[in-house]
Amino acid sequence: MSALLELEGVDKSFGALKVSDDITFSLPKGQALGIIGPNGAGKSTLFNLIGGTLPVSSGAIRFDGADITRMPASSRCRMGISRSFQIPHPFVGMSVYENLLVASAFGNADHHDAEAACRDILDVTGLLARANRPAGSLTLLERKRLELARALASNPRLLLLDEIAGGLTEGECHDLVGTIQGIRDQGVSIIWIEHIVHALTAVVERLIVIDFGKIVAEGAPDAVMSDPFVQEIYMGISVDDDAA
Amino acid sequence: MTVTTPTMPAQRTNRIALALRLLLGLVTVALALAPVWAGRADLRLLMEVLSFLALAQMWNLLAGYSGLISIGQQAFVGLGGYLFFALAMFAGVPLLAALPLAALLTALVALPTGWIAFRLQGAYFAIGTWVIAEVFRLSAAQIGALGGGSGISLPVDLARSLAESRGAREVVMYYIAFALGLVSVLLVWMLLRSRWGLALTAIRDSEPAAEAVGVATRKVKFLIYVLTAGVTGLVGGFIFLQKLRITPEAAFSINDWTAFVIFIVVIGGIGTIEGPIIGVIVFFALREVAADWGTWYLIGMGAIAIAVMLIDKRGIWGAVKARYGLSILPVGRVLDAAPPAKPD
Repeated sequence: MSALLELEGVDKSFGALKVSDDITFSLPKGQALGIIGPNGAGKSTLFNLIGGTLPVSSGAIRFDGADITRMPASSRCRMGISRSFQIPHPFVGMSVYENLLVASAFGNADHHDAEAACRDILDVTGLLARANRPAGSLTLLERKRLELARALASNPRLLLLDEIAGGLTEGECHDLVGTIQGIRDQGVSIIWIEHIVHALTAVVERLIVIDFGKIVAEGAPDAVMSDPFVQEIYMGISVDDDAA
Repeated sequence: MTVTTPTMPAQRTNRIALALRLLLGLVTVALALAPVWAGRADLRLLMEVLSFLALAQMWNLLAGYSGLISIGQQAFVGLGGYLFFALAMFAGVPLLAALPLAALLTALVALPTGWIAFRLQGAYFAIGTWVIAEVFRLSAAQIGALGGGSGISLPVDLARSLAESRGAREVVMYYIAFALGLVSVLLVWMLLRSRWGLALTAIRDSEPAAEAVGVATRKVKFLIYVLTAGVTGLVGGFIFLQKLRITPEAAFSINDWTAFVIFIVVIGGIGTIEGPIIGVIVFFALREVAADWGTWYLIGMGAIAIAVMLIDKRGIWGAVKARYGLSILPVGRVLDAAPPAKPD
């Protein structure tokens, strides 16, 4: 399988603070990859680098074989990289439907019938009943769903999801996992940052653990989660304490 | 989190919107017929109102939609004015052709000034635009052929080329002003209803998200900067055609061409098409009432601006729109066959 996304030695510093440190990994086409790590580990920064919201300090990013390291976010979106923001950024003055139309009109989408495509996405994400309401009137959970719906409206090949399940109830989380599985099954590659590990492992086939901006573990979800080192940094469980 | 819900039934909102649209239509017709019913002084006032409406629509497009807070739009008013005088007096271009030509040249000059200003962000951009305008003002004062610091008048025979009698000239000028006001509103309205409108409104609401869904925000903003510069230059050319005299101080006045315009947009409702229309009415009503107050008039205006900021910074129309979901010139796109929105 050829790689859809490749990161090679990606560094990002804010002054003396190194928030991404020599990140190297590649994502095969169609794979769903999970990223976990403590708060402040640099997960969202990594998304900002892949999505193009922030420029890298050094290193290279390739998408579908093309070097996108210096490309602005809008061009990356048109190539097929879509993202949801951890803190929702709805276009508050527009309706929910119009939020999707922007992505459909300017993203990678080749929608012959933008209206029908947006209606389908609103249906899948459970926002159809809200279609003509101002996005500013949505609740937090609806705003999170709008993040997903808007990202889908640009017809991505790679979907970056940033803590999309945070703050959801068990039932809502279950529905969301079903939705994301459906997206994955259509062949969209996914990178998902999430703290809710059971939701993540229900979808992804591979996990990367980040701490202090570095990749500290990588592999199949079961193997990664049972790694004592990961348990220590992520769960705060000290292996030595357990033994004692 | 606050959830704003319309407190009026949709039907009543629709009826009010319809009534307001009708009113707007009637006012437009009345304005189209103004030379018939208005006296000379009223006609002059209306020309000024319509010029300011056009300036306000342009500043709103720039600041309200593209997030480019410029406090240097007087650069383009003055440039348009001077270019118009230069084209008419030295290049022998007929007055009515010199206006659009001056606008075009102003837009061309906006390419390099934009290139400089766009290196700056936020407050620095604002200050940068002001500095550019000051450079223009000081440069204009250096050009001897255009009267230097004391300015220059449009020769009478040139003004006569517009129409022989003074009355007829004023009617011609009035219709130019009418066209400027009307076209500025229609231009913004049509722009917002197009694909561009989606991009601009998205940028207004969240620039990072707009960029992330594929809108080339920098390019869009730059084009809007150049477009608004061109139209602002057109209005500038007209303003000084009407005044028949131009000086660097008047042409590049930050008070007249930017501060008052910002006042109009902010009071009326920034980021809405209706806002500048309402703002311009409030501004001129206030000016007529307070004509004899001297400095108190400016102090009062400042106080009103501060009050609007404190009470509701969305301005008059912004507040009305948020509360009642009213729209006189709708730009929204509605998804058909979606279930009707449930009130909750």
